Amino acid sequence: MREVAVIGAGMSRWGELWHQDLRDLSCEAVLKALAETKADRVDSIHVGCMTGGLFAGQEHLASVMADCLGFAGVPASRSESACASGGVAFKAAYAEVAAGLCDVALVVGVEKMTDVGGDEATYALGTAADQEYECYNGATFPGLYAMMAVRHMHEFGTTRRQLSQVAVKNHSNGLLNPEAQYHAKITAEEVESSAHVADPLRLLDCSPITDGAAALVLCPLDMAKKLGKKAPVKVLAIGHATDTIALHSRKDVCRLAAVEKAAERAYKAASLKPEDIDLAEVHDCFTIAEIMVTEALGFARRGEGGKLVASGATAIGGKIPVNTSGGLKSKGHPVGATGVAQLVELAVQLRGEAGGRQVKKPSAGLAQNMGGTGGSSIVSILGVA
Amino acid sequence: MQPQRYWREIPQRYRLEAGRCRRCGKVFMPPRGLCDSCRSTEFETIRLADRGKVHTYTVIRVPPAGFAAQSPYVLAVVELDDGVRLTMQVADCGPDEVRVGLPVRVEFRKINEVGKSGVICYGYKVVPA
Ligand SMILES: [Zn+2]
Repeated sequence: MREVAVIGAGMSRWGELWHQDLRDLSCEAVLKALAETKADRVDSIHVGCMTGGLFAGQEHLASVMADCLGFAGVPASRSESACASGGVAFKAAYAEVAAGLCDVALVVGVEKMTDVGGDEATYALGTAADQEYECYNGATFPGLYAMMAVRHMHEFGTTRRQLSQVAVKNHSNGLLNPEAQYHAKITAEEVESSAHVADPLRLLDCSPITDGAAALVLCPLDMAKKLGKKAPVKVLAIGHATDTIALHSRKDVCRLAAVEKAAERAYKAASLKPEDIDLAEVHDCFTIAEIMVTEALGFARRGEGGKLVASGATAIGGKIPVNTSGGLKSKGHPVGATGVAQLVELAVQLRGEAGGRQVKKPSAGLAQNMGGTGGSSIVSILGVA
Repeated sequence: MQPQRYWREIPQRYRLEAGRCRRCGKVFMPPRGLCDSCRSTEFETIRLADRGKVHTYTVIRVPPAGFAAQSPYVLAVVELDDGVRLTMQVADCGPDEVRVGLPVRVEFRKINEVGKSGVICYGYKVVPA
């Protein structure tokens, strides 16, 4: 296996972008990522997208993307693992480069979510849960995460205020990220008085609906000097795992076993421990998710994710900064793009280009991307080369 | 909801029919073709318990399509007396009455009506016991 480097990273504008479709968004992100490199060709394209079909009526994204990026003829494929689609597309590209199947691989994560109304968006996102045994009975995504929150509060004494502190922190980080969808400082009181969605979760506990794309360019580490313009970022390890599709089938409904397994594999492959990680981008689709994910990644002991955020340890400048980009909560959550965008943030941070939200001299960053209620998860660790 | 898709799940939704592994006894709902504990492919059909308790819950206040008329409603992961857990609505129960551990009983109820000429969907819900 060859060592692999990230030599280009870029994001489109993120938000409710009525004038841009799947192709426009992808093209914008890819042109930025390619502009960071000297690559004069692309050998392979990997697209991460959850459901171009339900959100935009367009599947067959392998051909659509190769075409609109001006690379028709180049092999392309699309990875789908619900909200973890972007992370899985990255893994597919990494594997090709590591195995020597290609040298320059392009990863593009994209989702165009605002062409449909609220009911259709809820339906499309719901397809990441068990259609026959969860959605049929009236479950929604916020509802499933709310049930994890209720059980977490019941077992460990996690508080409503600790959930709010996740949202407050991530919006505060998003203020420092020009590419975030929302630039708004919020208070815990505002989170707790925002509209009810699924008790105890409120509107400001939920990540938004977003149009957006993100892109990365990968190549073998030993070609990074020739093909890259900036200091290369090295892929240290990728861990990937699954769990049952239905939340109720798990022995423990407030434990993310897929995240634990993916993290364990990534730490082992990189010969690192949780305390060696300098920053993490995690899948905060809902505030409770960040609390549970920090436990699964080993940043907090089991049941103590709420205390971790309350302690300030996950803020920029804390012991383990989490979601310096603003996270899904403030940066936005175009589902297929999210996993790729997390890695863009790590690349920017590891190169020391993150401006006001820069973590002090990081050497290793971790990205955790998750599908559904944790039915799949992928953990990637990047480091300075 | 296509009729064939609806019809396929009737034994589970109407009668709580699950599959029990003949070799190790593990119960699967819905039934499946392979046991993840012992890899056996031999199963027998059993009927799940019709009593249990609320393991965790939420109150859905932004409902999906087809559920607007019932909103807000209590949704729960219910642990049946035989240890199997399922996601279901807690009917005849106000948002302030539900709690972890609430004893419940399974009832056969209307779930929703999909579209003007669509199938009327039935299935299991629980009520406070
Ligand atoms: Zn068995």
